[in-house]
Amino acid sequence: MNWTAIWVTVKLASLTAGILLVVGLPIAYWLTFSRWRWKFIVESVVALPLVLPPTVLGFYILVAIGPHSPLGRFYSDLVGHPLPFTFEGLLIASILYSLPFAVQPFASAFEQVDRRLIEASWTLGVSKFSTFFKLIVPLSMAGIVTGLVLSFAHTLGEFGVVLMVGGNIDGETRTVSIDIYDEVQALNYAGAAKTALLLLGVSYGVLLLVYAMNRKVWAIWPQK
Amino acid sequence: MAAEMILDMTKTYPGRTPIRARLRYVVEASTVLILFGPSGSGKSTILRSVAGLEWPEDGSIRFLSRTWLDTKSGIRVSPQDRHIGYMPQDYALFPTYSVIGNIGYGLGTLGSHDRNKRIAEVVELFQLQGLESAKPRELSGGQQQRVALARAVAPRPQLLLLDEPLSALDAPTRLQLRGELRSLLKQLALPSIVVTHDWAEALTLGDMMAVMGDGQIHQIGKPHEVFSRPIDAAVARIVGVETVVQGQVIENSNGLVTVTVNGARLKGLSGDAAGTAVYVCIRAEDVVVEQAGSGMTSARNHLKGRVIDIALQGMMVQATIDCGFQLTATITRGAMEDLHLVPGSSVIAAVKAGAVHLVPRSVA
Repeated sequence: MNWTAIWVTVKLASLTAGILLVVGLPIAYWLTFSRWRWKFIVESVVALPLVLPPTVLGFYILVAIGPHSPLGRFYSDLVGHPLPFTFEGLLIASILYSLPFAVQPFASAFEQVDRRLIEASWTLGVSKFSTFFKLIVPLSMAGIVTGLVLSFAHTLGEFGVVLMVGGNIDGETRTVSIDIYDEVQALNYAGAAKTALLLLGVSYGVLLLVYAMNRKVWAIWPQK
Repeated sequence: MAAEMILDMTKTYPGRTPIRARLRYVVEASTVLILFGPSGSGKSTILRSVAGLEWPEDGSIRFLSRTWLDTKSGIRVSPQDRHIGYMPQDYALFPTYSVIGNIGYGLGTLGSHDRNKRIAEVVELFQLQGLESAKPRELSGGQQQRVALARAVAPRPQLLLLDEPLSALDAPTRLQLRGELRSLLKQLALPSIVVTHDWAEALTLGDMMAVMGDGQIHQIGKPHEVFSRPIDAAVARIVGVETVVQGQVIENSNGLVTVTVNGARLKGLSGDAAGTAVYVCIRAEDVVVEQAGSGMTSARNHLKGRVIDIALQGMMVQATIDCGFQLTATITRGAMEDLHLVPGSSVIAAVKAGAVHLVPRSVA
């Protein structure tokens, strides 16, 4: 088994999930509690990675962080090398690609917190910010863990975006899914089978955890 | 400037009658204002606007020397900065916190020593000893109510807002807690506003009462005055009990209580009558008017009196009878004609003991 690829993948998935926790919580809070009439526009943008082909998403990210975009130029001026085909570039892509997998479970957990509890907290003199950490987060724990686990698992298995943005650089951007593809291309079915089985096992374990904890995962899941 | 609550607000929900309320009253240390009305009359919306949880599209709210809301000058004080205690109808206890966690929740600005001291004080005041580490779901309805009130009171608010404080409880508990709540509100010496649709609650708890219907305040005054002298038929219909008079219990035996009201004797069922000072409450439709000198009926109370006023209300007639106190009776127009009722007629007013409601009254 390609342990370097496994290490890159685990590192990528952990960082993605961690950053999505920090970025996703405020976005989910805003989506849940904002009364802005056009917020559905933002909701749709956040959900876009669910339906967009990874190659399309990857293409736009590649262009956005490439040397011809202001963002890409700013980064290469700052760090000294361009973003595409590096681990950092891949991380940015993964965050965007897994955004709905974190934000939607967060938002659906916030949605279930009784508004009257939040109001009671406000009348007790507790600010909106403190109410979030003292009341909303503890009551939304299942949804927050679900979002973390799902974004981790989703990043483990991404392929198209990695190929477009990260390329296939050993120890830098070659993830497990790319490794499996390489093995198959090289007709090394035994090697591919071992890695595939590992990915299958981990993914299944993660979903078992999620469904055991929380039966309402997606905002767009078909209603029973 | 006198310590006053001045409220003048308009709030519209799509597809419903707009709520337009004007209210002004003098606030003393322990004034309890009752917002009374049927569900949907807008009383909870007014309470929530005072709490800062609803934003009227137009108007102003002033409490003591502070302006909490003034849409004209753009003043909007957040609920956090109003220093109020608010208890919603279903208590909204924080499920992840224990009893003392709930009580201490709003005390974050105190140091841990002062915080624990205040929690201990409040636990004692509300008799919650032994329940300190219980979670809300382990408590009975009455205990939940006490914890919710304790939580609202702990940060020493300037004003206490209670939305249907007893309606989530079963009837026996409600009866027991009504009296407790009264003495607690007086003991706290904290002005409060209580929303209710229960007239016994309004009489027991209130110093002032505002009657609401269709989004408007129809009448404001002392509760027993509002009950006994509604300014119009709408208020009479909302309050639902036309005769409220002060009485003294003189005998209580075999479940039957005898009270005197200004010389007249009445028998009622002993329900929650504790002590001797009571309000005697009788609904006008429970009063039967008989010609003087007619035979026996099953009604326990036969009061000799004189008709002093007759008011026509559609097919019905409201007769005011002086039988030592003023008793209001609703009868049909046909009955009035058969009995040849005119002001001055001598009649007997019959009331079943079960229709004589006794509500404890505190002697000021």
